[in-house]
Amino acid sequence: MKEFLRACFRKDSSGMEEFLNTEEKPDVSRQIRKSAVRKWQESLLSNPEMQKEIQRRQQRYHVLYRIIAVISCILFIAVMLYMIAHLPLYGFKNPRADVVASRYIEKGLEETGAVNVVAAMILDYRAFDTLGESFVLFTALVCTTILLRFGAKDKNRFVAEPVFDTSSDTILRVIGLFLVPCILLFGIYIILNGHLSPGGGFSGGTILGASLIILSASAGFTTTDRIFTYKRLNIMTFAALGFYSLSKGFVFFVGANGMHNPIPKGIPGAILSAGLILPLNIAVGLVVACTMYGFYSLFERGMIGHA
Amino acid sequence: MTLLEIFKIILLVLLIVCAVGVNLTKRLLPAIIIFMAYSTIMAVVWTLLESPDLAVTEAAVGAGITSILFFLTLRRLGREALKDPADEEDAPGTDPTADSDPVPGSEHRREVRS
Amino acid sequence: MLDALLNNYQEAVAIILFGIGFATLLFQRNLIRKLIGMNIMDAGLFLFLTSLGYIHGRKAPIIEEGKILSEAFINPVPSGLVLTGIVVSVSVTAVMLALTVRLYKRYHTLDMDEIYAMTLIEREEND
Repeated sequence: MKEFLRACFRKDSSGMEEFLNTEEKPDVSRQIRKSAVRKWQESLLSNPEMQKEIQRRQQRYHVLYRIIAVISCILFIAVMLYMIAHLPLYGFKNPRADVVASRYIEKGLEETGAVNVVAAMILDYRAFDTLGESFVLFTALVCTTILLRFGAKDKNRFVAEPVFDTSSDTILRVIGLFLVPCILLFGIYIILNGHLSPGGGFSGGTILGASLIILSASAGFTTTDRIFTYKRLNIMTFAALGFYSLSKGFVFFVGANGMHNPIPKGIPGAILSAGLILPLNIAVGLVVACTMYGFYSLFERGMIGHA
Repeated sequence: MTLLEIFKIILLVLLIVCAVGVNLTKRLLPAIIIFMAYSTIMAVVWTLLESPDLAVTEAAVGAGITSILFFLTLRRLGREALKDPADEEDAPGTDPTADSDPVPGSEHRREVRS
Repeated sequence: MLDALLNNYQEAVAIILFGIGFATLLFQRNLIRKLIGMNIMDAGLFLFLTSLGYIHGRKAPIIEEGKILSEAFINPVPSGLVLTGIVVSVSVTAVMLALTVRLYKRYHTLDMDEIYAMTLIEREEND
């Protein structure tokens, strides 16, 4: 008991777990414990020796924590560097890791129709993985909404200090007017050309989200609120994720039962090719863009749209 | 050793410098800006490693969105969080007892607006 | 051993970055600095994975017209893995920052040790 209280008054947290475990035992009733806390506080205030003792212990635990942390860090780096010294040579072909990769490259164009092998990999061979990834993004948005959203009526609203109203700044507004269309166009280009050139849903969606962030910072939230209400954002995310799940589920079903896949692959290199990869890129891009804009809106003012 | 390889080694050294520099700064804002530089250098390294997909994503995510989120968090926490303890002691008119017994609860909520 | 390390310098740098991030996570008490350390760890790990896939003199895996040879391109598997990892890292960071905001709102400090001590006192008072 005494030890636990002592731990409470340490600001240092190290070494507290043992006291926590002893605290679980219900051997002391609450009342006794409460009064003991008060007595202990009073004695602490009046007793300088005890304070010194606590400080000494705090120092000791702090030193112990540091030593253990340093040792674990150095040990970790040493073990990993030892492992690296035994890896295959950097910059040369690793025969063991080459089987899957060469399969993807050699058969990728034929099987998926996508020129960009990375896009073919993440949206065709490993599409299920990417679906989970999109759901991770959606879940993160939901968690952030739960943690940060405060309605207009909420009394506990934690409003940021109005340091600087960005939309009132002339330079930012004018620059935003020129920048936003360019970045928006670049993002759309990257999403639509995901199967032909580097990029795709994830990178293009982030760029779209960044352009929306610049738009709302330069023109104020009133502009973006007209497009991105809370409801519409939810509907867009839901539609994108639903489309992804349904289309990929259809393809999995068809493939697993050995039926003919009716989705045409098109001519490699054309914009309308690669089967489902282009629509899936658009879906992923929408999810990512909505998530990024939602993060910004939640962190900036604690709500998305008007809700 | 080609010129490109030397350039890559310089970038890798810069990466380590940035990662250490985050720990050496006293305030939070420079630390975040150094992290932003770290992400940008990482994007360049990835173009050198022939992964343009990653470079585009990292430039947009690491240097863009993540840093913006950090900045917004700092803005949301207000000026009190940005203050470093050494500055607080030097600043005139601050009450040293205000920080010593921060009882959790709404009564002792510190003013975020300053 | 040193020769092998110098040959694999890119992986070595990636691991050192990971170690620096780990140390930041352990030694900094400020929550936001801990998060930056976590991001540094992430980037170091991604650099390690990408380095494993890189092969000298080969190009990014975008098939041009003509012959499709696996000898012409780098390994696309690490690129695909890292691409999704980057986006997940940003969403994890966002959730962590939201939690940080909530913690600061309750305890008015960003110091991890202080927050932990306060939670213990709070628990004792609530008992």
